[in-house]
Amino acid sequence: MSSTRTRPAIAATGLRKSFGDQVVLDGVDLSVPAGTVFALLGANGAGKTTTVRILSTLLGADAGDVRVAGHDLAREPDAVRAAIGVTGQFSAVDNLLTGEENLLLMADLHHLPRAEGRRLAARLLGQFDLTDAARKPASTYSGGMRRRLDLAMTLVGDPRVIFLDEPTTGLDPRSRRNMWQLVRDLVAGGVTIFLTTQYLEEADELADRIAVLDRGRVIAEGTAEELKRRIPGGHVRLRFADEQGLDAARRVLGQVTRDGDALALRVPSDGSLRSLRTLLGRLDDQAVQVDELSVHTPDLDDVFLALTGGPTDEKVTIR
Amino acid sequence: MSTPALSGPAPAALRLHPLRDSATMLRRSLRRMLRYPSMTVTLVAMPVVFLLLFVYVFGGTLGAGLGGAVPGGAAGGRAAYANYVAPAIILMTVTAAVQGTAITIAMDLTEGIIARFRTMHIARVSVLTGHVLGSLIQAMLSVVVVTAVAVLVGFRPAAGPGGWLAAAGFLAAVTFALVWLAVALGQVSGSVETASNLPMPLVLLPFLGSGFVPTDSMPAGLRWFAEYQPFTPIIETLRGLLMDEPVGNDVWLALAWCAAIALGGYLWSRWLFNREPAR
Repeated sequence: MSSTRTRPAIAATGLRKSFGDQVVLDGVDLSVPAGTVFALLGANGAGKTTTVRILSTLLGADAGDVRVAGHDLAREPDAVRAAIGVTGQFSAVDNLLTGEENLLLMADLHHLPRAEGRRLAARLLGQFDLTDAARKPASTYSGGMRRRLDLAMTLVGDPRVIFLDEPTTGLDPRSRRNMWQLVRDLVAGGVTIFLTTQYLEEADELADRIAVLDRGRVIAEGTAEELKRRIPGGHVRLRFADEQGLDAARRVLGQVTRDGDALALRVPSDGSLRSLRTLLGRLDDQAVQVDELSVHTPDLDDVFLALTGGPTDEKVTIR
Repeated sequence: MSTPALSGPAPAALRLHPLRDSATMLRRSLRRMLRYPSMTVTLVAMPVVFLLLFVYVFGGTLGAGLGGAVPGGAAGGRAAYANYVAPAIILMTVTAAVQGTAITIAMDLTEGIIARFRTMHIARVSVLTGHVLGSLIQAMLSVVVVTAVAVLVGFRPAAGPGGWLAAAGFLAAVTFALVWLAVALGQVSGSVETASNLPMPLVLLPFLGSGFVPTDSMPAGLRWFAEYQPFTPIIETLRGLLMDEPVGNDVWLALAWCAAIALGGYLWSRWLFNREPAR
């Protein structure tokens, strides 16, 4: 429908949710253009899953206006359900049924004619590399296979908006890359994807826009590049042979962080050759002995350090 | 088309199809029963063990005590008691089967697929009706097996084809009511362990009625309870239909109980299923 191309696929304003006196979402605003990938990035307990459960009609919000695929979430939940697909954090497959039977179950629930359902199931099994396991019960599947079956089941209804709640948590690196490729293929087909993740790398790989959720609030939003620019979390780690070397480096460099109890320092850096050359020059001038040097690009830890102030025990060591 | 296109359903497609979805969910339930046969076997084994126990261990003594209060009871003995207890055992088959329903529901709700169903545009109640119809079929098949065993150990029903048909229909109504109650109990229990214990009173109630001994032999308080609890008219009706004796008011009383239990169970189940998860 052309109307959803002009309007955002998901638009939420002032979304609030509490469980008892525990506030889980504290005024979340989100806008996801149709045909894009949106990543909600946050630590465990930030409210990511609650957001997905609300947007996918599983939970009611305490307050806030939400439109998904052009339909009001509170007033037209059936229209929303008809337009979305959800692949949750915990696999939503029937363990006693085979992979093929799971897909045929979805086809039946979408009222596809029998023959069409069979064709679609066969095609999805092939696309998701499950043809060999099609006749085996889902309970015998590996984590990666189960996740693929889960996503394949979500696709049976041709959803226009797909929610993926931590789609790669618990997957090995190869399965994770496979999942990323599947997501890219979906977006190429024009689907809107809303995914949650704890991994900045994942959001970086897949998402057009990223929102960082912390304690029920969106504390930053933008493209991966915009976000990284706002996060001065990249650093160079210097390891020393003894305390003298470490103290000497501290005097030379000034603004550094001790890396835990190790004989190592974290020096803020964007990782560019020029800044490394400057750093090494300063250390060389004072004849500071460095055992080992490694460059770290921003990760979720840095995002949280930069945007939330980070864990207090780290803060006190910053000079 | 290798990937789904951006094509949504037209508003006309928003119509729900409860019957079609229920049929789909029924197929799912039956398939799950076939994949997990030990459950069905356990549910059939329980009443069979009770049947053998009551006919061969207690039957001789209990049969002698039936006395003239029960038609054919004066003859006494194991044979008379087999006829007396078989309807109660058949009813026990139904209560055991619905205990299985509660367990199945509790197991199913812990699986993520129920959350998927909730996010899909389907008739929600079909998730429950699929279980109800599946359990109904499972219970009726169990009843056939247990009745056959009862006949093997000496149960001699006097019913003609009409009586058998009426008994089968009556049992289906009883099962339907108890299954809806079990669906609610399975949802309210929250864990598989609790779900296997909650319906226990249903299994015990036939003992506290006219299922195993005539209520006249009970002390006053218990007798009062036994005469007014739903299982007594249900057992009396079943016994009457199978032994080709008049059922009198019991059948209407039993059917009224069934209607009340079915409606209550259905409304409770639907409310439980549509309620928002606490977390």
